[in-house]
Amino acid sequence: MDMNPIISVAGLSKVYGNGHRALHDITLNIHSGEVLALLGPNGAGKTTLISIICGIVNPSEGSVTVSGYDIEEDYRITRAMIGLVPQELTLPSFDTVWHTVCFSRGLFGKEPNPAYLEQLLRDLSLWDKKDSAIRTLSGGMKRRVLIAKALSHQPLVLFLDEPTAGVDVELRKGMWNLVTGLKKLGVTIILTTHYIEEAEAIADRVGVIHKSELLVIDDQQALKHKLGKRQMTIELEQPIASVPHSLSGWSLELSGEGRQLVYTYDSHSEHTGISGLLDAVNSTGLLLKDVSTSQSSLEDIFISLVGTE
Amino acid sequence: MINTQAAKTIYKYEMLRAWNTIMQSFVSPIISTVLYFVVFGSAIGSRIETVEGVSYGAFIVPGLVMLALLTQSVANASFGIYFPRFTGTIYEVLSAPISFVEILLGYVGAAATKSFIIGMIILATSGFFVELNITHPFWMLGFLILTCISFSLLGFIIGLWADNFEKLQLIPMLVITPLVFLGGSFYTIDMLPPAWQTVSLFNPVVYLVSGFRWSFYEVADVGVGISLLMVLLFTAICLAIIWWIFKTGYRLKQ
Repeated sequence: MDMNPIISVAGLSKVYGNGHRALHDITLNIHSGEVLALLGPNGAGKTTLISIICGIVNPSEGSVTVSGYDIEEDYRITRAMIGLVPQELTLPSFDTVWHTVCFSRGLFGKEPNPAYLEQLLRDLSLWDKKDSAIRTLSGGMKRRVLIAKALSHQPLVLFLDEPTAGVDVELRKGMWNLVTGLKKLGVTIILTTHYIEEAEAIADRVGVIHKSELLVIDDQQALKHKLGKRQMTIELEQPIASVPHSLSGWSLELSGEGRQLVYTYDSHSEHTGISGLLDAVNSTGLLLKDVSTSQSSLEDIFISLVGTE
Repeated sequence: MINTQAAKTIYKYEMLRAWNTIMQSFVSPIISTVLYFVVFGSAIGSRIETVEGVSYGAFIVPGLVMLALLTQSVANASFGIYFPRFTGTIYEVLSAPISFVEILLGYVGAAATKSFIIGMIILATSGFFVELNITHPFWMLGFLILTCISFSLLGFIIGLWADNFEKLQLIPMLVITPLVFLGGSFYTIDMLPPAWQTVSLFNPVVYLVSGFRWSFYEVADVGVGISLLMVLLFTAICLAIIWWIFKTGYRLKQ
């Protein structure tokens, strides 16, 4: 992955005509060749961000550059580099698959290239449907037609807005493989999702957008390091009513109907306090049944950032 | 620099759409014009004397061509851009590396071409009913093309402005049809009472029909130079409105 930003967003804000603030002061860099997942609840502002970069929505404030070119002044250069797969299945129902893909390529100013488009449709398992009218296809196939349209002009950057919303597990895995394959070809991919496991499975970096603001953006490990918790759970043979006074220095939680002592700590700090805790537990005379440790998942971090709404 | 490939793509797509719906696109306007010929030209026209030395059947030919041209240009262009807005597929056009110039060349160019083809077919068909005499074929073609372009531009504006199918029909029904019928398609302006003659001069269709009819029979309500000037002015106003729409994103970008 090239660490040069292919997309730079600076101080981007958007207030719609009805007064709704969709984005507030968003600043972020997207690296060339990475897979970036933008997580956030519905209405957080993810689609607005994508729409501004692609030229569908006008920004209120701030600037965006793609490969150093401004999206407003040099829109012909920046848009030619971008492919967009929208969230809704917006397709010309009466067109055939082949016709609509050829249209998309031409619209982006590219000369016809039947060989490339054939390979693209084959890769997306759409080749045998190329002469079918889009209205006759299943939802999953329509989603793939949208992807084929977005890739028809060989973009450097691909935006996938909720690519797996309402898609079954098998298709979702297929989508993940596709993203991985495109990444290998050097395509930068930005996807929005509210499936945390999706971000966890395929993204290099994760950004969390909530209530029009970018709360955090970092690679998964760094996020878990910075915002995640590590916990040690000590299971006891016999339940206890309260944490013994001699263990008060560790701020333990009692759970599991008095059978578990839970210790939260920072695994990266100099002194985790684990040895001392275990010694102290031993000296209280409590009998231990098991000891286990766990790391918070991306989901835990996400919930801690945006709440459970 | 203009992205000619993109403009060509939109143009071809729109033309193919017309071809796929050939009944609505070409056959129905021609049938309705033939009906006008039968009713006004033959049935009623046979009882009317010549108008300024031209038989009534021949006199109404330019007006009938204009009637079809105006309604078809507006209908084709407004539907062409409204439909992708309605279905949401407009996102692709908005995110493409093109300006409003390519979009206009594609959508308005195709709508104007379709109207031009319809106009030519109607003209040819009218040859079966009356004897056609085109004194200034170059001017005739000029007015025909300019009308196709200017009213396709108007239709494009309507297609951008409308936010439901009712509005899409509203302007053609409430504005275009009355303007065409009161624009001298079936009569000369001096047949009207003086007050209505003055009112008619505010109707852009009067200039179109007058200029177009002049190219056939050298019979005109207003000077041909003024006709040309007014059509060009109307085209420029439509272009300016479209330029403003794309500049501000009105109804297109939030």
